[in-house]
Amino acid sequence: MTRTIAEINEKISKGQAFVATAEEVIGIVEKRGIEKATREVDVVTTATFGPMCSSGAYFNVGHSKPRIKLGGGNSYLNDVPVYTGFAAVDFFLGATAMPDNDPRNRIYPGEFLYGGGHVIEELVAGKNVKFVGTGYGTDCYPRKKIETTISLKNINEAVLFNMRNAYQNYNVGVNLSDKTIYTYMGVLKPNLGNANYCSAGQLSPLLNDPYYKTIGVGTRIFLGGGLGYVAWHGTQHSPGALRTENGVPKRGGGTLAVIGDLKQMKPEWLRGMSFLGYGCTLAVGIGVPIPILSEDNLRYAAVKDEDIFAPIVDYSDAYPQRKPDILGEVSYGQLKSGKIEVKGKEVPTASLSSYPKAVEIAQLLKDWIQKGQFLLTEPVAPLPGVEAGMTFKSLDERS
Amino acid sequence: MAVSKRIVLHFPRSCVDQPIVYRLVKDYGLMLNILKASVSPNEEGLLVLELSGDRENYEKGVRYLADIGVSIQPLSRDVYRNDARCTHCGACVTVCPSGAFVVDPATRKVKFLDKKCMVCGMCIRACPARAMEMRI
Ligand code: SF4
Ligand code: SF4
Repeated sequence: MTRTIAEINEKISKGQAFVATAEEVIGIVEKRGIEKATREVDVVTTATFGPMCSSGAYFNVGHSKPRIKLGGGNSYLNDVPVYTGFAAVDFFLGATAMPDNDPRNRIYPGEFLYGGGHVIEELVAGKNVKFVGTGYGTDCYPRKKIETTISLKNINEAVLFNMRNAYQNYNVGVNLSDKTIYTYMGVLKPNLGNANYCSAGQLSPLLNDPYYKTIGVGTRIFLGGGLGYVAWHGTQHSPGALRTENGVPKRGGGTLAVIGDLKQMKPEWLRGMSFLGYGCTLAVGIGVPIPILSEDNLRYAAVKDEDIFAPIVDYSDAYPQRKPDILGEVSYGQLKSGKIEVKGKEVPTASLSSYPKAVEIAQLLKDWIQKGQFLLTEPVAPLPGVEAGMTFKSLDERS
Repeated sequence: MAVSKRIVLHFPRSCVDQPIVYRLVKDYGLMLNILKASVSPNEEGLLVLELSGDRENYEKGVRYLADIGVSIQPLSRDVYRNDARCTHCGACVTVCPSGAFVVDPATRKVKFLDKKCMVCGMCIRACPARAMEMRI
């Protein structure tokens, strides 16, 4: 049995599509068998909500009178610096940018209470943000300084554009040293005091489409509470990652670059985050629909936590020193039980990505599709797959 | 009538070696749950506990403490969760030394059991969403 995206869209338009979340579909396939389930299920919704540092937004704030060219000067939103190396009034705000006077890790571990991610959260919450810019002055852009407030309502464009989101899979972070370390995997207690993971597992988009058969460039998605699109494969996309027999990567694997209108988004799904001793970032909510075109396709989408494995990595030495060593592999089923075994020791686990929020997003997207408000798209181009032979390069210094 | 209160006890050097806990239980029939205990370098003791029992006995027990020179304050600092900011990620779960955060296995939502909190402050900075706050 096969079906096309056009056929699914027809059903969606009539309000007749059968949609299940990636969590619900596990039970459906177990109960009905793959053949019957494929006949019934049209779309599976996947989702994730977690800190994603390679996120940001670009803006066009309009021209002041007299005009100013921001490029070549310094511009700030609520004291957080933005990148202005474009035309006169376009700039990019990165999720991990922080005010020049933030003490960083000078007082260790730094708190990183406010940064680019928090500015984005305030903007989507409808708040006014202080905008300060300087320029060097030209004949056509004479002004040298501007200080005002902006909000999403009074500027031209505000576009979320994240160059790497929705990592297919991720490390489990532990600490083998004898002192607490502060990492992007959270606070890791000494001597294997805890283990932190960061994936929605069975609900996560690329784990449900491990070979990128349906998700591609142009795929329409839920992004931060609004509509977005897959723009490209994300940076560090490595389809060649080690995989289990069922095709699911056991290492990082693929990633997505995504884009969408920030003006449609909501603070529930874009949240500024502060990682003690590490930095600030943005938690992003993403939902991706997977059209069920074949039995194979559904089999992949019915993957469960017990069959997805992640590597355990020591963040006190192996990770910072870029050593390839791992301390073993564990399934998300084990991680979600609350404890895993590492080097013969029982280690309590915690998650950094929010599974309850991912469930909510998958439900919301399901709801949109069932009500005919969200149609699926054919990918314009596929994401590079295993056959692309892409490798994840390291930076080796040259003289 | 039964009472249950969370209190902070500071006791001077002279009482550090007295069996205070034993007497509260044995002589006054009180139940107690120790939330935090420490002895500072100058040997003053600090005990944060939840003390509960019959009102009359509770008052007698507190009088006994005052008599031997222990200072008693209600636990006025409180750690609470701003539910609007909590994303239920779970990062706090393994950071809390007293097991005040529990993941519901069905929904994976994180429950905050404030009764178990001993106000150590660890979760406040470890929560990436900064949802945990301290009231002083
Ligand atoms: S770390 Fe913060 S946001 Fe995450 S579950 Fe705990 S209180 Fe909620
Ligand atoms: S302050 Fe936070 S970490 Fe400390 S005991 Fe209370 S809940 Fe646990």
